[in-house]
Amino acid sequence: MHIHPAPAERHTLSVTVDNEAGILARIAGMFSARGYNIESLTVADVTADESISRITIVTSGAQANIDQIIAQLDRLVPVHKVADLTALGPHVERELALVKVAGVGDHRIEALRLADVYRARVVDATTGSFVFEVTGASEKVDTFVGLMREVGLVEVARTGVAAIARGREAV
Amino acid sequence: MPQELSGADILVQALCDLGVDHVFGYPGGAVLPIYDALFRQNRIKHILVRHEQAATHAAEGYARSTGKPGVVLVTSGPGATNAVTGITDALLDSIPMVVITGQVATHLIGTDAFQEADTIGITRHCTKHNYLVKDPAQLGAVVHEAFHIATSGRPGPVVIDIPKDVQVATAAYRAPGTIRHKTYRPQVKPEQGLVEAAVEMLAAAERPILYTGGGVINSGPCASMLLHELARATGAPVTSTLMGLGAFPASSGQWLGMLGMHGTYEANMAMHDADLMVCLGARFDDRVTGRLDAFSPRSKKIHVDIDRSSINKTVRVDLGIVGDVGRTLEDMVRIWKARGHQKNDLSAWWRRIAEWRAKDCLDFPEDGGEIMPQRAIRALYEASKARKPIVTTEVGQHQMWAAQHFGFERPNRWLTSGGLGTMGYGLPAAIGAQIGNPRALVIDIAGEASIQMNIQELATATQYRLPVKVFILNNEYMGMVRQWQDLTYDGRHAESYSAALPDFVRLAEAYGWTGLRIERPDELDGGIATMLDTPGPVLVDCRVAKLANCLPMIPSGAAHTEMILQADQVSGTMADEAKALV
Repeated sequence: MHIHPAPAERHTLSVTVDNEAGILARIAGMFSARGYNIESLTVADVTADESISRITIVTSGAQANIDQIIAQLDRLVPVHKVADLTALGPHVERELALVKVAGVGDHRIEALRLADVYRARVVDATTGSFVFEVTGASEKVDTFVGLMREVGLVEVARTGVAAIARGREAV
Repeated sequence: MPQELSGADILVQALCDLGVDHVFGYPGGAVLPIYDALFRQNRIKHILVRHEQAATHAAEGYARSTGKPGVVLVTSGPGATNAVTGITDALLDSIPMVVITGQVATHLIGTDAFQEADTIGITRHCTKHNYLVKDPAQLGAVVHEAFHIATSGRPGPVVIDIPKDVQVATAAYRAPGTIRHKTYRPQVKPEQGLVEAAVEMLAAAERPILYTGGGVINSGPCASMLLHELARATGAPVTSTLMGLGAFPASSGQWLGMLGMHGTYEANMAMHDADLMVCLGARFDDRVTGRLDAFSPRSKKIHVDIDRSSINKTVRVDLGIVGDVGRTLEDMVRIWKARGHQKNDLSAWWRRIAEWRAKDCLDFPEDGGEIMPQRAIRALYEASKARKPIVTTEVGQHQMWAAQHFGFERPNRWLTSGGLGTMGYGLPAAIGAQIGNPRALVIDIAGEASIQMNIQELATATQYRLPVKVFILNNEYMGMVRQWQDLTYDGRHAESYSAALPDFVRLAEAYGWTGLRIERPDELDGGIATMLDTPGPVLVDCRVAKLANCLPMIPSGAAHTEMILQADQVSGTMADEAKALV
């Protein structure tokens, strides 16, 4: 007998929650307990009184799974609202990466030139290294990190995706 | 400014304000302040169990039989971890329960202190919600909120973890008014347009079936009456899950019996051939559906559930209605009448059902030499039905035989562990039910293996003089395991024989119970009569046929139309795909 995974599509969910202890464990635990994927998860409080956090989750699964994930998130007591940005329509997704590159000579010059093309900023420099800050859609960050591999990539730190719907309405 | 109270006194006062009359628990270091607060009052009665798991099942039995939330009090560390099985059981069967756990003092949390466990972390996924209270000023509000969450919407267990220093520190307490939670607002009232659509689908159906579950019981006795009314108005047959038994009277001509793996042939065939299925407060459990792609393939499906996540979880439905099933039934009956719908002519449908019924699928072979377990259940039912007993069970063959052969006429009188399938549930649940219903006849139908998982609770019944009856169908096997091994593993009985059994009669007597043994068919009726007529707690060791199988049965991974009806079909092996489905 063999186990075959079902086909999956990528969805970006925006979840507003009460900013209380353990909320992240509750959400991450629900995903693992029910066997759902988390590709990326970001969280920060977004109100002046720090009472509400906004969590952006990138997940993947068949449409029925996505519906189930939304319903399961929605029944957690501290969850205010779950919005499927992918289903709602046009939205902006951004993530930030810090990319450390070490090298001398041509590699160093090439790294700077590529960084310029990708609008990555130099946020730290030594005679033998740079740290670039690059912001954009995940694919752009992926591509930039891939290019840096060829010119002395040392390590990468990524924030994961933050996302918001286009237009004037709140989710 | 109200007077300041200790956290422990705030807890007790809040429980009183919430109408709690019984707490099931076990003391320990981290709850000593709460036990002292209980000692200094006389409004709440504490029931001392012999193991924390039993406290949770007793609370479930109390809740299921009274409709009120069950309350549990246990200490930190092992007290809390022992309670986890019962908490999970309550989650899967949607039983309202509030569990108060002691915790080490706040400054010791995270230091691996004595009897410290991360109770909040451990119970996060087996509760509807949980709280760690670090400030006595918030304790009262948390207790009230916990009861609100446990009892509203889809009921479930809520844990309140209270560090010992929070039990000692003082704060003001005032009972809050009606709770309007900022995020938790379960949808109780169904959307009218959807209910109207459901009524029209019912009115147009030629082969309808009502498939009901534990939600009808949870919604309250009114929901059961409304179900009866809807069934009468539409003329549709009714089947139910294990959890829903009793919501519809078994004596009704419209009753098909339970459906699913050990359901009746007529219920499963009717589910398969229906053109409209109305699922009321049930959740398409795998034990009900069998193979999903063959489950009721030609029916339109309506699903009423208070939990949105239940709808379309495993079975895609044509019409999902989120709301309380009682409120929805009320609207359905009202709209049905208002629109002047008459009962459809379902005579062709009922003729087919009559053909399936003619198989007499619950019949069993009997040679008079030994007691057949099915016969024992039927005899127990006949002897006790006039007293409207509350029946609890353990888990296994005896549970399914009880579900098949005992007739359930009214809600809140059938208490069994459905979702989690917890052996050891029945005796403590019977104790909880007896506490909540002091004058009722409470019978735990048990197996000789399951009963040993919480046998220590015999002492609890003795202490509180509870006249619980335990009726053990003793076949010297973990019978359901043995049956599956015969069906799936060529009869290799790996570890399923109940070796080294105690003498149950002398064991009962050692605990201060009356012990009886029934060994031959001609002793059955007399033995049951003695059990029912003997005051106080009675345990019966009823020796039944050792290798009897629970039939009919849908093997794992099979469709409703592939039921095993006869005992001689229960042998052989299975493909890996079927084995993996459990």
